[in-house]
Order: sequence, then C-alpha cells, then structure tokens
Amino acid sequence: MTDSRPVLTMTGISKSFPGVRALHDVNFRLFPGEVHALMGENGAGKSTLIKVLTGVYDTDAGATTLDGEPVSFTGPMQATAAGVSTVFQEVNLCTNLSVAENIFIGREPRVFGAVRWGEVRRRARALLARLDLDLDVSAPLGSYSLAIQQMVAIARAIDIKARVLILDEPTSSLDASEVAQLFRIMRQLRDEGIAILFVTHFLDQVYEISDRITVLRNGGLVGEYLTTELPQLSLVEKMIGKELDVLEGIEEHSRRDLATLEEGTPLVAVSGFGRAGAVEPFSLTIHAGEVVGLAGLLGSGRTEVARLLFGADRTDGGQVAIDGAASSLRTPAQAIDHGVGFCSENRRAEGIVADLSVRENMILAMQAARGWLRPIPRRRQDELVDKYVKALNIRPADPEVPVRNLSGGNQQKVLLARWLITEPRLLILDEPTRGIDIGAKTEIQRLVTQLSDGGMAVLFISAELEEVLRLSHKVAVMRDRQMVAQLANDESLDADRIMQTIASGSHREEADR
Amino acid sequence: MNDTMSRYRTMTGHRLFWPAAVLFVMLAANTIYRPGFLSIELKDGHLYGTPIDILRLSAPLILVALGMTLVISTGGIDLSVGSLCAISGAIACMYISKQPDQNSVGVVVTALAMALGVSLVLGAWNGVLVAVIGIQPIIATLILMVAGRGLAQLITEGQIITINSEPYRAIGLGHALTLPLAIFIALAAALLVAAFTRRTALGMIIESVGGNAMASRLAGIRSGRVIFLVYVISAACAAVAGFMMTANVSSADGNAAGLWVELDAILAVVIGGTSLAGGRFFLSGTIIGALIIQTLTTTVYAMDISPQTSLLFKAVVVIAVCLIQAPAFRARFSRRRRNAPPPATIADKPKEQVPA
Repeated sequence: MTDSRPVLTMTGISKSFPGVRALHDVNFRLFPGEVHALMGENGAGKSTLIKVLTGVYDTDAGATTLDGEPVSFTGPMQATAAGVSTVFQEVNLCTNLSVAENIFIGREPRVFGAVRWGEVRRRARALLARLDLDLDVSAPLGSYSLAIQQMVAIARAIDIKARVLILDEPTSSLDASEVAQLFRIMRQLRDEGIAILFVTHFLDQVYEISDRITVLRNGGLVGEYLTTELPQLSLVEKMIGKELDVLEGIEEHSRRDLATLEEGTPLVAVSGFGRAGAVEPFSLTIHAGEVVGLAGLLGSGRTEVARLLFGADRTDGGQVAIDGAASSLRTPAQAIDHGVGFCSENRRAEGIVADLSVRENMILAMQAARGWLRPIPRRRQDELVDKYVKALNIRPADPEVPVRNLSGGNQQKVLLARWLITEPRLLILDEPTRGIDIGAKTEIQRLVTQLSDGGMAVLFISAELEEVLRLSHKVAVMRDRQMVAQLANDESLDADRIMQTIASGSHREEADR
Repeated sequence: MNDTMSRYRTMTGHRLFWPAAVLFVMLAANTIYRPGFLSIELKDGHLYGTPIDILRLSAPLILVALGMTLVISTGGIDLSVGSLCAISGAIACMYISKQPDQNSVGVVVTALAMALGVSLVLGAWNGVLVAVIGIQPIIATLILMVAGRGLAQLITEGQIITINSEPYRAIGLGHALTLPLAIFIALAAALLVAAFTRRTALGMIIESVGGNAMASRLAGIRSGRVIFLVYVISAACAAVAGFMMTANVSSADGNAAGLWVELDAILAVVIGGTSLAGGRFFLSGTIIGALIIQTLTTTVYAMDISPQTSLLFKAVVVIAVCLIQAPAFRARFSRRRRNAPPPATIADKPKEQVPA
C-alpha cells in the first residue's frame, strides 16, 4: 500500500501564537497512496499543523519537504499549485456564488482573459458526477445543505492534480450515507496514489479508512503508528495522555424516573409551534431537571425546533406556557428573559464573536440581559470566567486571548460557558459535541447530567443516537420536518427503535406500545 | 539580543504604534524642512505655534471621527456627517443672526440647544432607516448626505449667514488656560465617548454587533437599539463639529461647511486601526488618525506645495500611510529580509522556487 519514500515530510515544526504554544517540535510524514489519520484532542495542534503545511501560517521553526525538495508555501493557493490541496474544517466557500464558480474560483479556464463559463459548468458537472452528486451547478451554493457544500469543497480540491489531499474534519456535518460516499471517493483517490491526510474525531471512521495514525497532544508529537497495530483503547489513551475509561464515564449515573420528573407544571409547554418551510407544527413539554433528546437525520428539522423555542425564528402560530402561564417566545432576548439559553450548532457564524476575547464572549449573554447601562463589574467578570475556564478545562487558560485563537472544541466550551453564566432554566444544546474530541465530549455529557440533576432542563440535539440515549429522559424524534414521536427513555428504548422510528415515521404504534 | 528583539516586536505589534510612528515622521519631516515648525510662543497669555494650530484645526475632525468610529464599529458607515455639520451650523447662526443681542450668552446657548436638538432628530432618522427599516447604512445615510445640503441651504435661504457674536466665536477661536477652547471641547468629547462606551458595556456590545451580528442576536443583544444609538451619537458629534466650523469663520455657508469631512473622518477611523468591516474600535487610534490628516493638510500649506498638486500629494501620503499599516504589506517586506540568508536547516540545498 505504501511506498518507501514519503511524498511529504515535516520535521521539527514549531509555532506559537500570542499566549498559545500551538506546536512544538512536531514531525510528520505522509506516504503516497495512504490515508493517514491525524489524531488529537481539541487544541492538540491538528488544525495548526495543517495550516502550517499549507502556508496559511508561517512557522517559527522547522522544515517541510515535498518529494524530497524543501518547500515553504506562502499560502493555500501556492500549496495547491504544488499539489497539496486542502478542505478546511469549516467550509470556506462563497455561498452567494454558484456551485460551478465555487469549484473553479481563482483558476477559471480562460480564453484571452475572458472566463469560459460554458467550460466551467461542463467541467463542474463532470467533477460532481465523479463524486456521484447530481447538482444544478448554476444554483447558488447557499441553496444546498452544509453536507453538500462540504462535498463541493472536496470536488474543488480534487480537481487540481493533487498529490496530497488534506481533509480537516470532512465528516463532521455529513450523515452516514454521505460519509460512505466520501469514503468511497477517498479510497478511489488513494488507489490512484494520492496521499490523504485525514482529520476526524470519529474513532470508528479512523479505523474504517486509515492506514496510519499520527497522534498529537498539547502541541507535541506523541507518535506515529500503523492503524492495524494500534487498538482503539490505546489510541484514546495516547490522545488523552492518561489511562482513562472515558467511554464509560457517564453510563452509571442513576437515571431518574420520567414519571416523577413529569409531575407538576412543565417549565415550558409549547403547542402548535411551527414555521412554514421549516418545521411542521409540533407540541412539546419540558420539565425542570428533564433532558429531552431530539433525534433525527441531518435536515430533519431538529435545529428548526430549537430555533423556534429560542425565538431565533418566529413561530407561525401556537401557544407557549412558561411555568403554566401563557407567554411568548418571539425574540432571543425575550427567550433569555424567560431563562432559555441556546448553543447553536454553527458556532462560527452564530456562536462566537471572533474578534472579542474569551472573557467577553463568555459574559456576552449575561451582559446583554442586564443591558449595556449596567456593566458587570470587572471583578465579577473575572470570577465567573475563571470559574468556567477551570470547570470546563478551557485551553489556553488565558481569558484575554481573542476567541478566534482557540481550537473548535474550546470555542464550543466558551459558548457553553456563555450560557451557563446566565444560569438558564432551559438550555438548548444543538450538536454540542460535534467536531470535538472524546475527552471534551465526555466532559460535556457529564456536565449535561450534572446540570439536569441540579434542576436545569436541557434540550439535547445530536446526530449520535448513543449520546442522545445516554443522556435523555425523553427522546423526541424528527423526520422530514415533523416531530413524529416522543418516546420515554426506558429499558425498551434503544438505538434500533429510534432508527426504526426515523425510518418509518410510524409514531402511533411506537407511542402506544 | 532576543530580549531586545521581543521588546521590539511587542512595541511594533501595539495597535497604536504605526499611526503614532507616521505622525512622528510627519512632524519630524516638517521640522527638518522648517526648523521653526515645532516652536510655540506665549503671546497675550495665549500659546501660538503650528502644533497648536494643528490641534485646534483638527478638533472638528476629531469630533466627527469619534462618532464615525462607533458607527463603523457596528459595521455601518455615516456619510451624512458633513451635511449635519452644515445644518447644525446653519441653524445656530440663523437663530443668532435674528436676535437683537447677538453677544448674549443666553441667545447662543439657545441656538446651540436648538441646533443640537435638530441634529439628534436627524441622527435618529438615520438610526431608524438603518436599524428599524433595515436599509444598508451607506444608502441610508447617503439620503441625508444629499438632502441635508439642501436642508442647510433652505435654512440659510441660500445665503451665507454672517454673525457677530463673541460667545459663539469663542467655540472656534476662544482660549482657556492659554490653549484654544476647541482643543478642550474635542478632548471633553473624546473622554465622554470613551466613558460612555468603556465604562458601560456599550463598547463591547457595539463590537459584538459589528463583529458578528447573528451571534450577537442569539446572545440576546437587541442590536437595533445599539445601532440606532450610534447614529444618534454620530449626529451629536457632527453637530458640535459644525458649531466649531462655523464659529471659526463667524458665518454659516450651507454649501461649504463640513464639505467632504465624512471622507476625512472615515480615513481617520481606518488609520486609527478600526476595521471598516466592523468589530473592535479604537478611539485613541481615531484621534491620532485625525491628527495625521490635519498635520498633512498643514504640511501642504507649510511646504508651499502648489494648490494644483496638493491634493495629489495628500493622496500619495494617504496611500503610503495605509500600506505601512497593513500587516500583509509589512509581512511581504519583513519576509523578504528574513529569507535573504537561507535558514541553516535547509542550507545544503538551494531554495527551490515552487512552480506557481
């Protein structure tokens, strides 16, 4: 499978940001015709290594060779021209341009300086056909789902005669069939001799597709291993740096009885909430201390439900009662006044304010609720921020660093802290564990359990059924923009039954059983 | 060596370093050209000299630019400030000119209050167009930029209104503690805006709205109110600047007062380090930016650059200033310097150019 000569080597790479040592003396090599997984927790330096490799960042020290020749790229364009193509973690495309334009932007086929649009569209269609995608290449990219946008980004990357293809978290927004489709493409490209660098948090995917694994921890190199020689448990231990039975961390928590929880007045009871084109009218009650899971496929209306409950979108009709009294949830500010918090799944666009510091991002919601005339005293801010930086193990621990310098998982924790600081009564978490590593994932799951034990209601949205099952007292199932069932999470409920409900939508039989 | 190096980096990395350096170089160049440039003398209990003139003349621009900084920080822009200067000056002068006793302090205060009141209403108009109706800021404020000139003409009935009012004249030319009063007015406005934004949470909330409007809304910020407020603040700043401009010449000209000041103000904000895309804002940077622009204007006069070429000269300097400030531009030069001796680790092989 692998040649003896690496196509790419990186030796002694170091890189620091103000207040953060992102990489320290890291070595990395990549052989032609292999899928090489780069593993590590959030903030271990995976994204930084990729950005150094592709010239987005300068290095402080170290050397890179491509085909034995020293190279130093000054930007992704140059790296791409040399055969190193990247699909970055967050889709970096222009949603207002067409699919075809996105694939060829910056390297359009030209004649006498004029772009040959017919050729652009024809080649875009051919490329997408190779990926088994049937899209209207003239339609704006924004009209397609995030998953499709991801595939277009990959199409863009493989169009260039790439020898090295870097995929940073390509699967985090894809559903199972789309992942399978991606893996088929990856195998095809690998067999053509392309070296693929693959970053993911899904361990199963690593073992399904990769030939070799390099593990980073806290900006340093832990080691390089053949996938066949590294059992899953050892991999997790190497990533975390201590022997931990993290995978079992949550299981033993005593699950309180749903009937007991649902006694008394519900904290929030909505009926007939819905929005044309987004989600069919639904009814849902959430009690204090209850974790309600929201399961369903990508695009099944999970996020839309959350947005309606938070007032981010306005419902077309229906009623809401809070503590039994008729109320309304028409704007986020109003929802926050009622004690609702909402962590969006799209943390870059709808979550963090990249310019502001970790501290400012954390206190933002609390400050907004108080109004700008009543600033939170600086000492109180520092107390709160310090408490949550410690409690959530946010790295780097310097709250004055701009939040954009943090890794994705740590940004997610900052967002969580923003809401925990407001001490919400209902916290809506939309995919809080997507794209973050096992350690942080367990921490967040444990946190949800603790919060609900403390009386907070949680609406937990996740594509991972195991996670939903582990945490929830009740699971609402979404299918084709409808809430098709609400199932009590007792012994009889398992992933298979949720899957069947998603597949068949036969909620009546399920609910009656 | 390393220590000096890192100290040098910290210093040049400070956001005020480059604007301050540019200002310093300009002053130094002027002093070399004309050694008496920086000299200040005390006459009749007042300080005189070119530096004092620069401070006094930059006061209106500083005022306008302060308001503009907040607007730009929200991701907006206010093109109407020049017209607002003309309107506020016109109203004040028109009212004073109609009074029997133009030197009465009461008359002047009434005039200022009236003009300020109208400006606030016009600022609120901008705010409503942007924050409530949702028109793009550049278009929304363009309306008042164009219509405002007409409004100012209407107020002055197309004439240049000349007044003879000592208290009003003092706003532009008066002195206090040996220094021009205008400097203190600008300073007070700067401190007021700074306190208003940094002692409250307003500054952070403005930056949050400008940095990521969607995320701010989901964090519960009622961004409409904040955006409305910054246009009102901007109008208030422009109104006071308008008083100064008309007081300097004791007359109100609806056509000429505050003409193009919005462009100078935007430039001052950008030189000061606030991004036109919104987000973080820097009031101290804006003030230095305004001083740079005024120094440049003074330089043009001081160096006897012919009127035909003075605008071109200004343009060249402004381009240079902007380039020096751009990290990408500086990086291109520092990288070239750094790469001159090839790094030891790969010295055994000549550095290969990657085929583009």
